[in-house]
Amino acid sequence: MSVEAMYQEIILDHYKAKHHSGLREPYQAQVTHVNPTCGDEVMLRVALDGDRVADVSYEGVGCSISQASTSVMTDLVIGKPVDQALALLEEFTQMMHSQGQAEPDEDRLEDAVAFVGVSQFPARVKCAMLGWMAFADAAAQAMTAERKEAE
Amino acid sequence: MPEPSVTLTGATAPVVGYDVSLVRGDFPILERRIGERALVYLDSANTSQKPRAVVEAVSRHYLEHNANVARAMHTLGGEATEAFEGARAKVARFIGADGSREVVFTKNASEALNLAAHTLGSRIGPGDEIVVSVLEHHSNLVPWQLLAERTGAVLRWFDITADGRLDLERAAAEGLINERTKIVSVAWVSNVLGTVNPVREIAALAHRAGAHVVVDGSQGVPQLPTDVAALGADLMAFTGHKMLGPTGVGVLWGRYDLLETLPPFLGGGEMIEVVRMTGSTFAKPPARFEAGTPPIAQAVGLGAAIDYLERIGMENVAAHEQRVTAYALERLQSVQGVTILGPTEAVDRGGAISFTLTTADGTEVHPHDVMQLLDSRGIAVRGGHHCARPLHERLGLTASSRASAYLYTTEAEFDALADGLDYVRNFFGGSR
Repeated sequence: MSVEAMYQEIILDHYKAKHHSGLREPYQAQVTHVNPTCGDEVMLRVALDGDRVADVSYEGVGCSISQASTSVMTDLVIGKPVDQALALLEEFTQMMHSQGQAEPDEDRLEDAVAFVGVSQFPARVKCAMLGWMAFADAAAQAMTAERKEAE
Repeated sequence: MPEPSVTLTGATAPVVGYDVSLVRGDFPILERRIGERALVYLDSANTSQKPRAVVEAVSRHYLEHNANVARAMHTLGGEATEAFEGARAKVARFIGADGSREVVFTKNASEALNLAAHTLGSRIGPGDEIVVSVLEHHSNLVPWQLLAERTGAVLRWFDITADGRLDLERAAAEGLINERTKIVSVAWVSNVLGTVNPVREIAALAHRAGAHVVVDGSQGVPQLPTDVAALGADLMAFTGHKMLGPTGVGVLWGRYDLLETLPPFLGGGEMIEVVRMTGSTFAKPPARFEAGTPPIAQAVGLGAAIDYLERIGMENVAAHEQRVTAYALERLQSVQGVTILGPTEAVDRGGAISFTLTTADGTEVHPHDVMQLLDSRGIAVRGGHHCARPLHERLGLTASSRASAYLYTTEAEFDALADGLDYVRNFFGGSR
């Protein structure tokens, strides 16, 4: 597969106009994740409403792949129950480690299917995972915070 | 052994005739294709390619002479020891050391700098000052940060000027080097900006203050004729793989009268004199700093690399570097959207050229994306912070792209880079 094909329109569109970008209140957890080899960074906040993801807001610097992937992720997880969001993370992770072999379910992963091509470039998989890993971390912390509040 | 690949034509080249196509013939990997495209390798500051002579020297060692060194007394052990110590002698001569005993083999430049930090660190205490610069590679920064944390010493640093050179005036005004300074450790040549630092001047300042001077020669030794005495350093680290040698071997050079007073770094085999259960005494340098089986075949390969560089002549290597870098700086500055970090003229400047790329609408193209699209055209550059994050932060950047040349690099390769950057810019600028 050519590199031009890896950079699908969907990816470039999200990169140029990121969805849900910017840091917002309220939130229960905020995390910063970095890619140590290039210094790319994302600061990400998760707000839960019971067991539902009410909002994901973020600010970051990074390449088109990491920025677009974070944007796509927010589209997918905002409004969903946390367990469904984490199931999508699992599906996305599997796709990213498939070396281009996965046949992702577009009904479930929506725009994120565009990243299957990126999985053929091992050096870039970390870029695509950055925002998702930050979400997983923040969601776990937010759930702990909610539970403590409930106690 | 292949003959040296240099001819003396003398007509057009500024210093001596230098036939880069003959040099390239000694590097089989440069024939490679990346997909449909010819390889354009512009990542030599990261690691250099290896001439056939080096690869053959390593394989000949393993196939014909392999044994452990020093402790193996049989014929093969003798041959291996002779080859290993022969390589040490070549390194010593190559950098103008006062004999082999000043050359310590390590696994890379990072280990050499850690060795320096640990052993010099034995004399450091709270309130002492260690001076580095903001343009250091992490390998010449983190070991000193760790030392400062362990000892309560203070880490201070040279800033840079707008054109990417060490700000000596500001350092003087701030009293950066003073009577509390115990160690000054700076890069000879920046791996990001290409700046050749005035090491001699800094060493003189440091010595006047009674401090030891450590030089990170990782980017300097491969490119420039080296004379450690003229540089004014007390210790200097560099690595084999950036100067045509194998990975896995680095060097710490030290003035012998200093090395002799330094404590061991790692403990283990062959660094001892007498070992008793109640305590040990230690070998003289360099053995004191070489615990365990050293990188034998790698040192032999480094010796072959030095033979190769000496046959071409380091003056010629440096002149070629200068010529190609001057061409590259001019060519890249003519590409729309390219901003070069560091000096834009090839004066006191090495061959690492880092830059940013901006599309017509003013958006910076991320170095990962630059690297990926160039790679699809067979062009290998590095994208990231090049292990110099504080320098990028100082420049207000997260990352940059870097192209770097060596003795086999051609002007045509920088033409390919310039064309490639136009393509990248259009790709992300929407005009594709």
